[in-house]
Amino acid sequence: MKSVTKAYRPISWPMLGAGGDTGSWRTHRPVVDTQICTKCQICWVYCPEAVIDRKEITIDYRYCKGCGVCAVECPTGAISMEKEE
Amino acid sequence: MTTSIKKLPDIELVLSGNGACGGCPATMALRIVGKALGPNAIMLLTPSCSVASMGMTPKLGYNWPCINITFATAGSSSSGITHAVEIMKEKGRLQGELPTVFAWVGDGGTYDIGFQALSAAAERNDNFIFFCYNNEAYSNTGVQRSGATPRGAFTTTTPTGKRQPKKNMAQLMLEHNIPYVATATVAYPGDLYDKVVKAKNTPGMKYIEILAPCYLGWQFDMPDTVQMSRMAVRSGAWLLWEAENGKISFNNPSSLIINGKKGAAPVDEYVMKQGRFNRLLKSPDAASRIAEIQGDINRTIDFMRERAKITI
Repeated sequence: MKSVTKAYRPISWPMLGAGGDTGSWRTHRPVVDTQICTKCQICWVYCPEAVIDRKEITIDYRYCKGCGVCAVECPTGAISMEKEE
Repeated sequence: MTTSIKKLPDIELVLSGNGACGGCPATMALRIVGKALGPNAIMLLTPSCSVASMGMTPKLGYNWPCINITFATAGSSSSGITHAVEIMKEKGRLQGELPTVFAWVGDGGTYDIGFQALSAAAERNDNFIFFCYNNEAYSNTGVQRSGATPRGAFTTTTPTGKRQPKKNMAQLMLEHNIPYVATATVAYPGDLYDKVVKAKNTPGMKYIEILAPCYLGWQFDMPDTVQMSRMAVRSGAWLLWEAENGKISFNNPSSLIINGKKGAAPVDEYVMKQGRFNRLLKSPDAASRIAEIQGDINRTIDFMRERAKITI
């Protein structure tokens, strides 16, 4: 196996962005209103992409697919879905 | 008491930017499972949506050693890996705590194609966890009927709605006399977390089934994934229970429905929100067919209530 480089082996390695920059799939972007947000972490637990930061409630837009689950589940309505430009 | 959201661990084993659809309930559930199992685990995947979600070679969306196996062999392959790990430990090639072996399989690989291997593994009582994420159809190949599809649901192979009820798979696994069987869903992450931790600390074969409402297969709006999962539990279409050594105990809010403290919500609202029941609702005998669906649910609730009384 020595002559074969890592990239050509039929083995994948854990990495961010295995499906590409999935943020480009998004049609609507979730925006957090920090004034209303109570940091209850409900959006963090339901996010299927793990893009929401637990402490600060910030969203990594590079990988967020814009599914909108966080906006529906937010108990205070602090997350709104805004149309992508 | 279930674990509160704030007490869940920080560790992420499903990495951002994987290939799953937006709002995928399978990755949602797998994230919680990852928090409970930790990084010391080996994952086995049969062909399913979760294999497509892994992303493109040479990148992998899950932070575990993952093995892709053929469709029918989830049970037998997991048995093999479990025994291999145990023997490596015996020979001194593996130090420290033994990794948890788990199979992450869709409902097709559990209910239909993988049932024989799963049943045999359960009978041998091999030490691994079998997860079935149940989206009630073969969603990866474009929504075909499976053994988990409920009565009346549209799939591409049942264009007028399925005529047969679904299997009660968790019940079937319970009758294999394995140490731990549980059902969970994505809307109750604390409940799911507790069940996985319990399964991890139980020796022998464990079976956990997770209801994953797939918005493509069920034809509802993408943001409503968690809402739909919650509605399934509140209407009684999905019951949350666990069985340790054959003793069934129900979890909230299904325990309230079983005890009769709170009536199950009528199935109408749950059915009407899903596009897969649209053709059934438009058909001339809609009322009688909804009554059939309600009948299936009532029968399962009554059956499980009586089954829980048997503790021998």
